[in-house]
Amino acid sequence: MGIRIGVLALQGNVSEHIRAFERALDALSLKGEVIPLRNAEDIPRCDAIAIPGGESTTISRLISKNRMREPLKSFHGGIFATCAGMVLVASEVDDSRVEPLGLMDITVARNAFGRQRDSCEMPIVLEGDREPFPGYFIRAPVVESVGPAATVICRADHVVGAVQGKHMALSFHPELGGDLRLHIRFLRNLIEA
Amino acid sequence: MKLEELRFGTELIKRGFASMQKGGVIMDVVDAEQAVIAEEAGAVAVMALERVPSDIRKAGGVARMADPSKVAGIIDAVSIPVMGKVRIGHFVEAQVLESLGVDMIDESEVLTPADEEYHINKKAFTVPFVCGARNLGEACRRINEGAAMIRTKGEAGTGNVVEAVRHMRAITSGIHELQGMDDMELTARARVLEAPFEILAECRDLGRLPVVNFSAGGIATPCDAALMMQLGCDGVFVGSGIFKSEDPRRMAVAIVEAVNHFDDASVLAEISKGLGEAMPGLDIHTLPEHEVLRFRGN
Repeated sequence: MGIRIGVLALQGNVSEHIRAFERALDALSLKGEVIPLRNAEDIPRCDAIAIPGGESTTISRLISKNRMREPLKSFHGGIFATCAGMVLVASEVDDSRVEPLGLMDITVARNAFGRQRDSCEMPIVLEGDREPFPGYFIRAPVVESVGPAATVICRADHVVGAVQGKHMALSFHPELGGDLRLHIRFLRNLIEA
Repeated sequence: MKLEELRFGTELIKRGFASMQKGGVIMDVVDAEQAVIAEEAGAVAVMALERVPSDIRKAGGVARMADPSKVAGIIDAVSIPVMGKVRIGHFVEAQVLESLGVDMIDESEVLTPADEEYHINKKAFTVPFVCGARNLGEACRRINEGAAMIRTKGEAGTGNVVEAVRHMRAITSGIHELQGMDDMELTARARVLEAPFEILAECRDLGRLPVVNFSAGGIATPCDAALMMQLGCDGVFVGSGIFKSEDPRRMAVAIVEAVNHFDDASVLAEISKGLGEAMPGLDIHTLPEHEVLRFRGN
């Protein structure tokens, strides 16, 4: 059967995440499928879930409306969260308009770079890799503090990526470019765990 | 971080912003209070306006960019992106909105055009643009000028979805017709559509526009929004449809949920119950020619 990856399809750039994970599975010659995840019942049937970029206030509301909050909190697989996704997996957010899931021991600040005119491409330092990673930041959040359970993996001027167990949270959007190193890292870690 | 390593306003960053709006509802608002209602209802962004389109129709005269103090007040009130409308071709209004920190600019036929020959050179800006289109040729011309998002023009301020449907179907069938064409045939089609060959080739190869495609202009109910989603759009703009309805708060929530469950009729039935009156509609066929907005800009 292989690995089943669900991309949370409530709002945001779902199709880009599906394509990126399909390519990452191919790159690792892994069998599996990547599906849009729209129903709470399908959450426990996944090995990994991607929470895409989008508006965190909107996705947060729709998680509650669709009764996905508890199944996501008790999910045993790995979560790959980018941008709005990072805001949602945090234990604390600087904004009461979002109710985070508390899946990772990180505190996150929303829209930390400013407005869309401050959104940019910038190279990121990836722990354990000499090659910088192309970072695409779009009204991006940053990690303000990292608790003992989480580990920093990406830095720019701020902490912009962290891992904890099977989970990975990123401020930026690797799914928008062709560099699959972070997807591959996430999948390797998932298989080994 | 060295400043020379940062790249702002690239095509990827502009189109990426637009793609984060997918599956969402962008709502027209005229003050901070409405913006907060929209955000609480789950809007992905708000469009800051002086008046909603149905009131622009009533007011007549020249419709322009909103007062900057109003736009700034809306920016301060919400955490979601704020968009603003400028007149077709009025690049100075666009410069002003960009300086205010507006996240996306709508070069819109709803306002009175400032230039009947040229649209704004959108590549010259750091912030992304959305533009209206009635068909594939128009969409591709706007993308060529740098638009990072296309929306159907529809017929704004009427509460009548018929033009949005027409435009959405025209774009889709325009792309279907390209599929299977070789480059020679596409060259001939590019002349007919008055659109650049390269962008048409991208549409042919992707089977869709190379940028996000939203629906707008006349969406007034949850079922209207779901209809546009089933016709293949990526998300919707709702103008007068929310704050001209009887119960804007409930209508806003209902349209957000309708876009989320656009293909589930039983959920749509539940959402549509007891919403109160939708906005009053206008029969498009009775509009005098000078009040038809969709023919502005081509």
